[in-house]
Amino acid sequence: MALELRGITKRFPTVVANDGVSLSVEAGEIVALLGENGAGKTTLMNILFGLYSPDEGEVVVDGKPLELSNPSASISAGIGMVHQHFMLVPVFTVAENVILGIEPLRGLDWIDKKGADDLVREVSDRYGLSVDPEAMVEDLPVGVQQRVEIVKVLVRDARYIIFDEPTAVLTPQEVEEFFEIVRGLKADGKGVIFISHKLREALEIADRIVVLRDGRSVGEADPATATTEQLAEMMVGRPVLMTVDKEESRPGDVVLSVQQLVVLDDRGRRTVEGVSFEVRSGEIVGVAGIQGNGQTELVESITGMRRSLAGKVFIGGEDTTRLGPRAIHRLGVAHVPEDRLESGLVLEFTVAENIVLNSYYDDPYSSGIRMDWEAANGASQRLVDEYDVKTTRVDVPVSTLSGGNQQKVIVARECDRDVKLVVAAQPTRGVDVGSIENIHARIVRQRDEGAAVLFVSSELDEVISISDRILVMFGGRIAGEFNPETATKNEIGLAMLGSGAPS
Amino acid sequence: MTDRSAEPGGDETSPPSNGGTPSGPGWLHRVTGVSERLGRALLVPSLALLLALVVGAVIIMVTDVDAWQLMGEDPGAAIGDMFRGVWVAYRELFLGAFGTVRAVSETLFTATPLILAGLAVALGFRTGLFNIGARGQMFIGGLFALWVGLHVELPAGLHIPLALLAAVIGGGLWGGLTGLLKARTGAHEVITTIMLNFVAAFLVLYALKTPLFQQGGSNLPLSSPIMESARLPPIFGSAFRVNIGVFIALGAVFFIYWLLYKSTIGFELRAAGFSPTASSYAGMNVAVLYTLVMFISGGLAGLAGASMTLGLPPYTVTSNFPGTIGFDAIALALLGRSHPIGVLWSGLLFGALIAGGRTMQAAAGVTVDLVIVMQALIIIFIAAPELVRAVFRLKPTEAEPTQLTKGWG
Repeated sequence: MALELRGITKRFPTVVANDGVSLSVEAGEIVALLGENGAGKTTLMNILFGLYSPDEGEVVVDGKPLELSNPSASISAGIGMVHQHFMLVPVFTVAENVILGIEPLRGLDWIDKKGADDLVREVSDRYGLSVDPEAMVEDLPVGVQQRVEIVKVLVRDARYIIFDEPTAVLTPQEVEEFFEIVRGLKADGKGVIFISHKLREALEIADRIVVLRDGRSVGEADPATATTEQLAEMMVGRPVLMTVDKEESRPGDVVLSVQQLVVLDDRGRRTVEGVSFEVRSGEIVGVAGIQGNGQTELVESITGMRRSLAGKVFIGGEDTTRLGPRAIHRLGVAHVPEDRLESGLVLEFTVAENIVLNSYYDDPYSSGIRMDWEAANGASQRLVDEYDVKTTRVDVPVSTLSGGNQQKVIVARECDRDVKLVVAAQPTRGVDVGSIENIHARIVRQRDEGAAVLFVSSELDEVISISDRILVMFGGRIAGEFNPETATKNEIGLAMLGSGAPS
Repeated sequence: MTDRSAEPGGDETSPPSNGGTPSGPGWLHRVTGVSERLGRALLVPSLALLLALVVGAVIIMVTDVDAWQLMGEDPGAAIGDMFRGVWVAYRELFLGAFGTVRAVSETLFTATPLILAGLAVALGFRTGLFNIGARGQMFIGGLFALWVGLHVELPAGLHIPLALLAAVIGGGLWGGLTGLLKARTGAHEVITTIMLNFVAAFLVLYALKTPLFQQGGSNLPLSSPIMESARLPPIFGSAFRVNIGVFIALGAVFFIYWLLYKSTIGFELRAAGFSPTASSYAGMNVAVLYTLVMFISGGLAGLAGASMTLGLPPYTVTSNFPGTIGFDAIALALLGRSHPIGVLWSGLLFGALIAGGRTMQAAAGVTVDLVIVMQALIIIFIAAPELVRAVFRLKPTEAEPTQLTKGWG
């Protein structure tokens, strides 16, 4: 009993996405498929799910080769897929979403809602998913929405379940719950393929790890013996530094001072509730916390994108509480925004246009009303080289770059000038291992050159490794301050849940 | 669930164009010497035009009543007649558009307001705004110009520029009002521009019945003829209608091109069009940009209106002087992919179709409505590029971003 991919090759006009890839998963086994963005993971899974047909090779389910050309063939063969971006109708209930396309009928044309509810309840109970069939999907947290997707797959009798980057959207707690569910699926004899670029998660959950690089399978690893360093090297093709390499910090003058700041979110809720802290030049202050505890609004308020309700912000001694993004940028503040696709980049713009996105109005990129594109392109080319952005030219749309390289474009744009303060919000989210190393090194270099750094991340390991000082946010307040050298992960984790010692 | 999938994974499903050599129509480059990027931009519109001509031919054949009556007796001759009918109609269409000096004059004359109004809509699209209000802005701009043309006494060298300036201001204010409403109150521009179209139309109807504009002794909403000094001078003499308005349109095309791609304001406008969030992040004032772009867009439409009130013999203005141009402009902007140069060509194409269509109706007995059907078909094929690709079995290329408009909320 196994699901096998044999010698899959898939070519696109300009790239070979998969080159002779073989992969198998047994019933009751969890296989992690590791690879950087662009390594061909998603293409492989789309072939498995019947969205693409391979140019060479075949898919074999329980010994029977499949002529897979459409998702319904895959589904009836017992393959289920939980996509990275959920395929749910927000205004339908959980049960309605689950039965969409396979509606149980009563009489001639009457959807059996009660039957659907019971079905969801039964599956949910069996695997400990605890989803309420009558809840409206749009009201559910992301983690629960994901479980709805799992119910959908299970109701369709999937024996092999593929998860595409399932933890990307989850909080650390939700990740734990998710892993429990996956173990339950395994115990029930399901074969699971877990696609990820997160090494630790693969090591924790998988029975076997397969690494993909540049469309080729570059080897397998045993989670019992492999280390993150080994896996990273397999993924990237060169040794990768997994911890941040930095000297002792030498804090200088206060650069950023936040005093009793109160900020509302879009719905008018007080998500930052009287926060005060300081960041000095030459130090990295990490802000840890589960997403949604006010970090987003705090950063937006400091960088001028959101008005605060009360309190003050000083940057370099100047009161910036009421200043807009441009004025704050001109003070020497580099802002790597949390949502790079929405705020950080204009995806349709070229790399060069994005490089000058917030400095286009000034020397050397324009004089008066006339843009100097030669200067902009020249500067962009220099930054692309210097910051190791992998792109063929600077006049291609930035949307053609990988996530990691897009982020490098932002970091280059923000850091390539005299920077007093760096505010980096989730700068490595969805970014591949090689680029993470690069971005961390850049930020540490800014610190060493005397900038103050505020580093916000929901990845606790990352915050611990890069910060000189850690603040934990919970419920809109600073729930604790820690020294990364001495504090344990457990202490900080408890503070993130709101049960640590108050500072 | 509407994410812009450039997240990890998303980029694997649609491979990026590494090396900048996307799978384009290489043959086009070899045959025509047109650069590949431009070639790809032109490919779908050209094929759409071709398809529209084919469908138009089918319509001409199917509606050829005489040939159908012949069908029972002599099918061969009937089919021959049908093809001859198509040939004659298209020949007249072409000759009516380009065959004589008069034809060229008519094509350019018809194209002038189309290009200007098309630019107005295209500029809106580039900024993420759906300006349905070109018609209303033409009304107001044209009315402003009319007032100057009727009541201000100046030498021609000053009179025309002043009248045009008035048109820009009139149309600009009318459009800017929409921008301001959007920026200040979030009112959606589609709703406000549609409503303001009605307000403008009836305002003009009302104005043309006041002594300020109305022809003396007339009861109709018809203006007195404007002063000679305000009339846009014909280029080839008074026997031909094409006037200097065509140069104004050409100038506007290059000005808008410069504005969008070579100026800081254009950079801001395009950024705001693609991503208001990222524009705010970059310190741009999106609300001001909305107002500004609607002012410029309205000003362009105002010029289109002025080309009708100052340039159309016998220089008396009726209550529906914009005709359907305000709406044709939307189609035109789509066809031109919201690019100024694209708008120029599609404006000329539409001008040629309409001018040629009139001749076709007279000479071949095929009604000019067929031209409108063909215009609509072109737009449908443009709007559904997959359809064109399927018909011609083209390989899918990566999506070329054509900014239309963002959401309706």
